[in-house]
Amino acid sequence: MTKRVGMEVSIAVAEMVKMADVDVVAVYPITPQTHIVEHLAELVADGELDAEYIPVESEHSAMSACLGSSAAGARTFTATASQGLELMHEVLYVASGMRLPIVMTVANRALSAPLSIWGDHSDVMAVRDTGWIQIFNENGQDVIDNTICAFRIAEHRDVLLPVMVHMDGFHLSHVIEPMFFPEEAQVKAFIPPNNYPLPLHPSKPVAMGDFAPPFIYTEARWAQEENLRKSKETILAVWDAFAKEFGRQYKPVESYRTEGAKTLLFTMGSFSETAMTAIDKLRDEGLNVGLVRLRLWRPFPFEELREAVKGAETLIVLDRALSTGGPGGPVCSEIRSALYNENPRPKIVSFVGGLGGRDITIAGFEEIVKRGMALAVKGSGKEFEIFGVRE
Amino acid sequence: MPKPDNELTWKDLEIGCIATTPGSAAAYRTGDWRSQKPEYDFTRCIKCGMCQIYCPEGCVKMNAQGYFEADLYHCKGCGICARECPVWVISMKEEA
Repeated sequence: MTKRVGMEVSIAVAEMVKMADVDVVAVYPITPQTHIVEHLAELVADGELDAEYIPVESEHSAMSACLGSSAAGARTFTATASQGLELMHEVLYVASGMRLPIVMTVANRALSAPLSIWGDHSDVMAVRDTGWIQIFNENGQDVIDNTICAFRIAEHRDVLLPVMVHMDGFHLSHVIEPMFFPEEAQVKAFIPPNNYPLPLHPSKPVAMGDFAPPFIYTEARWAQEENLRKSKETILAVWDAFAKEFGRQYKPVESYRTEGAKTLLFTMGSFSETAMTAIDKLRDEGLNVGLVRLRLWRPFPFEELREAVKGAETLIVLDRALSTGGPGGPVCSEIRSALYNENPRPKIVSFVGGLGGRDITIAGFEEIVKRGMALAVKGSGKEFEIFGVRE
Repeated sequence: MPKPDNELTWKDLEIGCIATTPGSAAAYRTGDWRSQKPEYDFTRCIKCGMCQIYCPEGCVKMNAQGYFEADLYHCKGCGICARECPVWVISMKEEA
């Protein structure tokens, strides 16, 4: 039976990693991910988790060590954020290209300069094309549930890809939340043993990450694309199995009060919870609005997105990252292109806000929706709106 | 490999392009990268084997007469053997 506990979300993530019975943890601490690393170190030192804990000298080394352990068939976990994720960058592509099922929690944080330790999605967007499965989360429960799901998805024979579990730095990582905790036996039963098909082993030598001349590189990349796209089927199946076992259902795109809504607000991550309260208030005022939230960032859920916004006249997308000198909101840019050929298609208004840990209040979300509705009618002549900047 | 390289499709690849045949890199003809090839005047050769030690490709082998000679399927024509030979047995000649 599950029990309800109050715990800091980072500590809860470490507890789930323990329940998942990982073999190797190779990590380097960085704010706001540090508490995960610290608690895992305690669990290993206290003998509660039987794993190799590798205190590496950098994030580049953390991900490199993860490659090795995952290639040997070990269940492998790491966590990072922001500059640490950037330092890992080149190795991230290797993990996905070599099909290694590493699970990584990313406590999303802004990028320097100027130095900011606070949350936004700049780090997520910088690793968009690394070939990892990426899942956004709204609250502590989502984070721990998807940490469990991540292992089963990553190691599934039809997937064999690394997975990033995103949680907003501080807004989730450092908040004490009530969460339904599974029993360890339940988690162990839910995640079958890792059975990597071609591990490094002296009795059956293999070579990984080989040289691919021009005659085969395109085929290798296409195989990767087919694999990542197709992984959605397994992700959906794992979420369904999770719902059956634990009673909470996750979907690639999730909707809140969208029945008959002509205007939809679109968010990702922890802002979605505040946005729901704002939607309630706007509905009370008689406005015909709803909320759509992105759960699965990669592979991008094109069909589910088109279905979720069907019938809406206006779509207001709030990004927590800025694609400088480009379209503004990176998620909005992808949504625009996903909907461009739809007929009819909604008017799309892009907002960028909540950068570097700045809060957006319920009133702020109400303002975004109302400004977005007005801009959809009169047009803004701009690629995107920045929310909350002092002129 | 069952198919020639230029007929392989993405479906023929192992997961993550993992190579499952040990030593399969030996099948790769690096000899066609060469613009110069080593030529030997074995009358001067003292069979010291320095050329074999210095060859970065590991393609120099001892022949039946006990002289050292590069395997031209793999030799990239770098010329290190010619430079290191203490008795000037090897000279590098342009490929035809």
